[in-house]
Amino acid sequence: MNHLPFIIAAYAVAFVVPVVFGLEARWRLARARARLAALETRRRR
Amino acid sequence: MLRAVSASSPLAPPRGARGLHRFANPGRFLRLAGRVLPWLTAAGLALSAVGLVWGLFFAPADWQQGDAVRIMYVHVPAAWLASAGYFALAIASAVALVWRHPLADLAAVEIAPVGAAFTAICLITGSLWGKPMWGAWWVWDARLTSVLVLFFLYLGHIALTRAFDSPERGYRAGAILALVGVVNLPIIKFSVDWWNTLHQPATISLFGAPTMYIGMLWPLLFTALGATLIFAALVLARLSAAVLERRIRALLAATARDYVAEEGHLA
Repeated sequence: MNHLPFIIAAYAVAFVVPVVFGLEARWRLARARARLAALETRRRR
Repeated sequence: MLRAVSASSPLAPPRGARGLHRFANPGRFLRLAGRVLPWLTAAGLALSAVGLVWGLFFAPADWQQGDAVRIMYVHVPAAWLASAGYFALAIASAVALVWRHPLADLAAVEIAPVGAAFTAICLITGSLWGKPMWGAWWVWDARLTSVLVLFFLYLGHIALTRAFDSPERGYRAGAILALVGVVNLPIIKFSVDWWNTLHQPATISLFGAPTMYIGMLWPLLFTALGATLIFAALVLARLSAAVLERRIRALLAATARDYVAEEGHLA
């Protein structure tokens, strides 16, 4: 396969960026859920 | 605070927008998003994986470009989503400005970083394709330059929506920028026809037959559809988090108000 370093670099960029965004969204969602649950429990008391 | 308005009231959204307002209820939106998100993610990952493996190992090399043409399977979906994402950002901005849909402004804010990321992927993979084919990482060609302007429009929107103390003012300023920036989309699309560019013209169109070999077209369609679903999943996940964060801010403000009222009463 010719131009292999360019192909690998392009696929790596296209893979890493959405994965980073996906992990960040997952972490943000989990943190917001936990924080909201804690706040609602505190307000109910 | 949202007030209920009757359908005949002048405050009621127009007929076309009433369907959208069904999803204005954050609880209903979160339930729907929670149900759709796993399927969207799984379908996007599966389609992308099939398309990428197909394009990388089974699709033929180009007679002129050799194997470098395989970069197309990541570059073209990213380019398509860079423009489509901005179009979605403009629609969300228009809905927020015209109908004051409570989720539209949050949607615009959450689409922008994902769109910017896909535009960055498009620019980087394009550069990696350009070096072996054109002998240069970058040329000030009309297509490349207009996509770079699109990237700056995304960055401008991200900066502007976060530049105000009041989020609502930031959302409004960002919405106006998003609508003004739409003028760049036809420039990107027709840049290869209007100017003599190094970038090749479109090989796929909605109304004409593709000028691409069918063995290359299928994996490209798989990766384009897969990337579109992944884009939608990322926006939906971010939007769900933003809705929860807005609820947290409202609860914290209510708690602070209660505390101040209680202190005032004691004093």
